[in-house]
Amino acid sequence: MSTGSGSEHNVREADTNWRHQKHAGWSWLYLLFLIQFVAVLWPPFYNKADPTLIGIPFFYWYQLLWVILGAILTAVVHFATED
Amino acid sequence: MQDVNWTALIIFLALFALITGLGFAAARWRKGDLDQLHEWGLGGRRFGTVVTWFLIGGDLYTAYTFVAVPALAFGAGAIAFFAVPYTIVIYPVLFLVFPRLWYVCHRHNYITTADFVRGRFGNRWLALAMAVTGIVATLPYIALQLVGLQVVIGGMGISGEGYVGDLPLLFAFIILAAFTYSSGLRAPASIAIVKDTLIYLTAFAAVIVVPIQLGGFAKIFAAVPESKLLLAAPGPNTTGAYGTYATLALGSALALFLYPHSITGILSASSGNAIRRNAALLPGYSFMLGLLALIGFFAIAAGVAGLPEYAAGFKQFGNNFAVPALFLHTFPSWFVGIAFAAIGIGALVPAAIMSIAAANLYTRNIHREFINAAPTDKQEAQMAKWVSLIVKFGALAFIVFVPSKFAIYLQLLGGIWIIQTLPAVMLGVYTRWFNDWALLIGWTAGIVAGSAMFVAANLTPTFNLVVGSFNFPGYSALYAVVINLVLAVVLTPLFNLVSGGSADETLAAEYRAPARA
Repeated sequence: MSTGSGSEHNVREADTNWRHQKHAGWSWLYLLFLIQFVAVLWPPFYNKADPTLIGIPFFYWYQLLWVILGAILTAVVHFATED
Repeated sequence: MQDVNWTALIIFLALFALITGLGFAAARWRKGDLDQLHEWGLGGRRFGTVVTWFLIGGDLYTAYTFVAVPALAFGAGAIAFFAVPYTIVIYPVLFLVFPRLWYVCHRHNYITTADFVRGRFGNRWLALAMAVTGIVATLPYIALQLVGLQVVIGGMGISGEGYVGDLPLLFAFIILAAFTYSSGLRAPASIAIVKDTLIYLTAFAAVIVVPIQLGGFAKIFAAVPESKLLLAAPGPNTTGAYGTYATLALGSALALFLYPHSITGILSASSGNAIRRNAALLPGYSFMLGLLALIGFFAIAAGVAGLPEYAAGFKQFGNNFAVPALFLHTFPSWFVGIAFAAIGIGALVPAAIMSIAAANLYTRNIHREFINAAPTDKQEAQMAKWVSLIVKFGALAFIVFVPSKFAIYLQLLGGIWIIQTLPAVMLGVYTRWFNDWALLIGWTAGIVAGSAMFVAANLTPTFNLVVGSFNFPGYSALYAVVINLVLAVVLTPLFNLVSGGSADETLAAEYRAPARA
């Protein structure tokens, strides 16, 4: 959701759209959540031992890494949308 | 069993005494009138982001989880790690659905999901179905918390013949019951802060100290048998272990926040925004759970199962003894006391919240709806306090008199049952499209089909769905809720032809934060 660098008028218009979206109770940004669903619910992506990280097989560190990435995605959506 | 470990026991008891005092003192924390149900049973909906983080974290990541997930890794290997994708995908669900539920519940003073469903769909029988599902799914869950407690008490070398051996458990439970009765949800909320600090300390210590002792992660994973290290690649005509892994993660994730104790934790937050923030902050617990799952592999590498001093423990508790044995093997006694206290107190926090949640459901959605429609605030709160006692001692009796494998079966079935409330609750906060009777029939079909799959799969939660010559082994809960949903969708237009449907007492605007001027 970029408001661009247009005139004050444009910014205000974007702001109105923003509010409109908020009232709809749905944001397209929520689709970002799909990324983590696909990344961790499709085992063929990560069911392998290599490459290892400090001796930990890929299967394990990949999923642990996604805990952090998932939290970051959620934080991004949180800050970009209103409840 | 080994000798009593006095140092560990003294530290364990000291920490227990600390949280007991905290539990009783909590009645005066953010003081409210405990003769009102929303004060006793939801802490007055006053917990901010930080307390909510500890409360929900302490509530969902239970002692049983901390014992059973590493035990599964120890016994079965990679499949146990499904707990990680599971606890990743719960947070988008939390973020999308539950702030809305919080707002509407706050607006109408709903304290359970059955309250919400009653108001949203205007059907007392559908609400009853939600309440009964919640209570029945929660009871074995409380019983399982005791398994975690039993394992650490046994780990400190305390044992006795027959029922005498259960006395420490009884003692812990009396304390738990007393402070829950007097302080309500404020007790587990305050104790959760202590307990989770101890759990984090234990997990990080274990993940740093054990690999150093064992010569690094590479050596640890080299000791894990090939067959346990990764999921078995599926053969032809089946989704194999991949399907099982993914459906277990997704189904468990969809079910988790439908449990009454999760709802109680969510509704006790002070705002919908506190829940949104927590959807980004609670993964801290998921990360720790992932580290704890690895501890199962540490236990394999340390070879604790082969050491004579732990033979009795493994004989009594099976793989659930893997973590306590590893801690006893690795840590000095004083730290074993801290770690075991973390697990033991970790059993009490969710057990307290679960019993409060079940009490809220009975009081609001069964007693008030069907027995005494106009209780005073004080009568309602008093009823909930008594029910919380009955529920806890019921769970205790269950674990003492019935083999714990039955509690495990029932808890697995509970997951299959609770997910059947998904259409009415999780979709219900977004849409009033569904017909209430269609939802009730979908719920019934889901419960029956899910239970049948559980039995057909020899009392395991993974059912082999066969379509033509192709096999989809997967989590029964997910398959059953699909049946539930399909029926609800198909029957809704049909029922709407017959009757106009019932009234909805909620308004669309009530599902969002009030407009800020």
